[in-house]
Amino acid sequence: MALSGIEIFKLTPRTNCKECGFPTCMAFSMKVASGAVEIGKCPHISDEAKEKLAEATAPPMKTITVGTGDAERKLGGETVLFRHEKTLVNRPLIAVQFADSMADDVVDAKIANIQKVDYERIGEQMNAEAVSVKFDGDKDKYIKLVEKVAALNKVVVLVCADVAVATEALALVKAAKPVLVGANKDNINDMVALAKGNGAVLGLSADTVEDMYSLVEAAHAADYKELVLNPSTASMAKTFENTIEIRRTAITGGDRVFGYPSIVFVNELAGGDPYLESALAATYVLKYGSIIVVNDINYAQALPFFGLRQNIFTDPQKPMRVEPKVYEYANPKEDSPVLLTVDFALTYFVVSGEIERAKAPAWLLIPDAGGYSVLTSWAAGKFGASVIANAVKETGIADKLTVKKLVLPGKVAVLKGDLQEELPGWEIIVGPEEAMQLPKFLNEFK
Amino acid sequence: MAYNKVAKKYNGKISEVVIGTGDKAITIGGRTALPLHSFDGAEGQTPKLGLEILDTAPTDWIDAFNGIYGDVQNDASAWAKLVEEKYAPDFIYLRFIGADPSGDNKSAAECAELAKKVAESISLPLAIGGCNNVEKDAEVFKAVSEALEGKNILVVSATEDNYKTVGAAAGLAYKQKVGAESSVDINLAKQLNILLTQLGVKKEDIVMNVGAATVGYGFEYVTSTMDRILLAALGQNDVTLQMPIITPVSTEAWSVKESIASEEDAPDWGSTEERGIHMEISTASACIASGSDAVILRHPKSLETMKTYVQGIIG
Repeated sequence: MALSGIEIFKLTPRTNCKECGFPTCMAFSMKVASGAVEIGKCPHISDEAKEKLAEATAPPMKTITVGTGDAERKLGGETVLFRHEKTLVNRPLIAVQFADSMADDVVDAKIANIQKVDYERIGEQMNAEAVSVKFDGDKDKYIKLVEKVAALNKVVVLVCADVAVATEALALVKAAKPVLVGANKDNINDMVALAKGNGAVLGLSADTVEDMYSLVEAAHAADYKELVLNPSTASMAKTFENTIEIRRTAITGGDRVFGYPSIVFVNELAGGDPYLESALAATYVLKYGSIIVVNDINYAQALPFFGLRQNIFTDPQKPMRVEPKVYEYANPKEDSPVLLTVDFALTYFVVSGEIERAKAPAWLLIPDAGGYSVLTSWAAGKFGASVIANAVKETGIADKLTVKKLVLPGKVAVLKGDLQEELPGWEIIVGPEEAMQLPKFLNEFK
Repeated sequence: MAYNKVAKKYNGKISEVVIGTGDKAITIGGRTALPLHSFDGAEGQTPKLGLEILDTAPTDWIDAFNGIYGDVQNDASAWAKLVEEKYAPDFIYLRFIGADPSGDNKSAAECAELAKKVAESISLPLAIGGCNNVEKDAEVFKAVSEALEGKNILVVSATEDNYKTVGAAAGLAYKQKVGAESSVDINLAKQLNILLTQLGVKKEDIVMNVGAATVGYGFEYVTSTMDRILLAALGQNDVTLQMPIITPVSTEAWSVKESIASEEDAPDWGSTEERGIHMEISTASACIASGSDAVILRHPKSLETMKTYVQGIIG
């Protein structure tokens, strides 16, 4: 919790020397408390006091960095429970789980899947960013498996509560800033020492929030704060409850003991049912999962998960935009119509989906219209006749055509006259008002 | 220091709306806590799961549904009966696609006739949907509400453009429950509820459809709208937003590229049917986690999975 004016006042020398520019230490303290002035303005405040203040005004949740190089990712750091309150900042990772009890062909198949599911969605690369390796009892197999899977250059999560085995495994991967999900109430002190000694993030596992709280306090007592929390239990309901309690204790309760990201083993909750796993994975994208562990990955599971994640972890103030250019559908020819829309990602998805559904050849011209919907960008003056005409010229689309027909979104039919003047060689046609009317429109188009 | 758990208590409550009659009647709504937060207070009624059928054989559903249903798709009553007996959803959603003026253009009377037959062949509660033409839907909803008086159906839904007709018929004259559809905007949702209640429809007879989107296609607007509605309804006791929420997931989930693209067109993506089920399940669970008190599904496998999900995740 932020310090009050009085609490800050207690940290000042109380000499009223005025060197900070304020008449009294109290006046200065009130300004600092309100965030209007930096405490550094007082040349006489001790470093200890400055640190205390920094501590008090730090964000509720720590940002934990995992992985290195291309695999590096940040987790946690959230400041709100609901994205509309501000924005969510660090998107959850998917981790595919391996175990030493798995047969070699199963392991190889999963590795192949991880490499196969790798695609671009609105300018971002989608793939499983982490691998989780569980110790099931066979140490030699486990160590070999860790080595094999670490070569994929993903974030490595070691799931191992055996200190000796974890020590050996950690030696192999410590340079990759792994996560060791190994601490519980029986081994917390040894595990903290092990993680600390290897610069690994330590995962704490507990069935109840009370036990989890004690584990974090034990880590703090040993001065270790590179933590993730594993609230997973045998029950879907209890895991959900724990995950919520942890997050809101930190964010709305202001208790930094729980200010850490959570790892949720939806693979274990789903008991091998990939459909149930999807339901749970989607839930935890919305509700505070930072690493979501799944059994395997394929496109059927990845497409909804990454789509949802990309939607939720968008800053509400900065909706996503697609690249302004000419898009092509069903091999358009020199006499195919040129449809027109805006670069707001949602509009693009809806419109392009309908064009694809029509299975009719068409060009789609998208200018830089500010990233708003059709009506919004038109109202803001960013989607007018000159913007559109410029886009036509800059893309050189006319060079590909013998018949030049430009189809306006029906909602901006008013632009027809002006646009016709700007583009004399073209026929400007008013298209449908709703995207869902596009297939009919395209199939009837002459 | 020991952990101090504090339950989050709200002042407001979402109403309970009963649909159907007899043993199989269901209650939608009733929450006093956020979705799935049964540890905070009454989670209300477990979210209800409906399965979608059409009044005529579907022309744009993926082929897998022919494998599942076969010829029964040509006879809505037989189809509804099969769904009840084999898949046992909480309710059946009958959508009058055939009424579309730019399609079969079936008359409101024909639709009412069919609705009656369907209602007679099942004991599950019935929800009905239209063809997305607001004028035609108003006529169809009016005729069906009259024909099914006494059955306590849910009309999905009245919109800003036809709420007077639909509200008057369903909500006032024929004692049905009224859906209120708006598109992902808390103010529009609120406004429609106010208009309906001003018309005389009881607030306990209203279920909101606050909009739907498939995951990946602007779902953030759906979830944020629901979050804001619930925080107002529960946290600020805003009575104009205390209606339960129903979300038609089926049409959205099964109309996106991921669910429709053939295996030839998207060879890396694998089975079309599997993709669609995952899209539908992800969307449905995301809706329930955001605030839906009822969702409408299309695939029986989605229904089966969602049953396991709601029973497991709500304590």
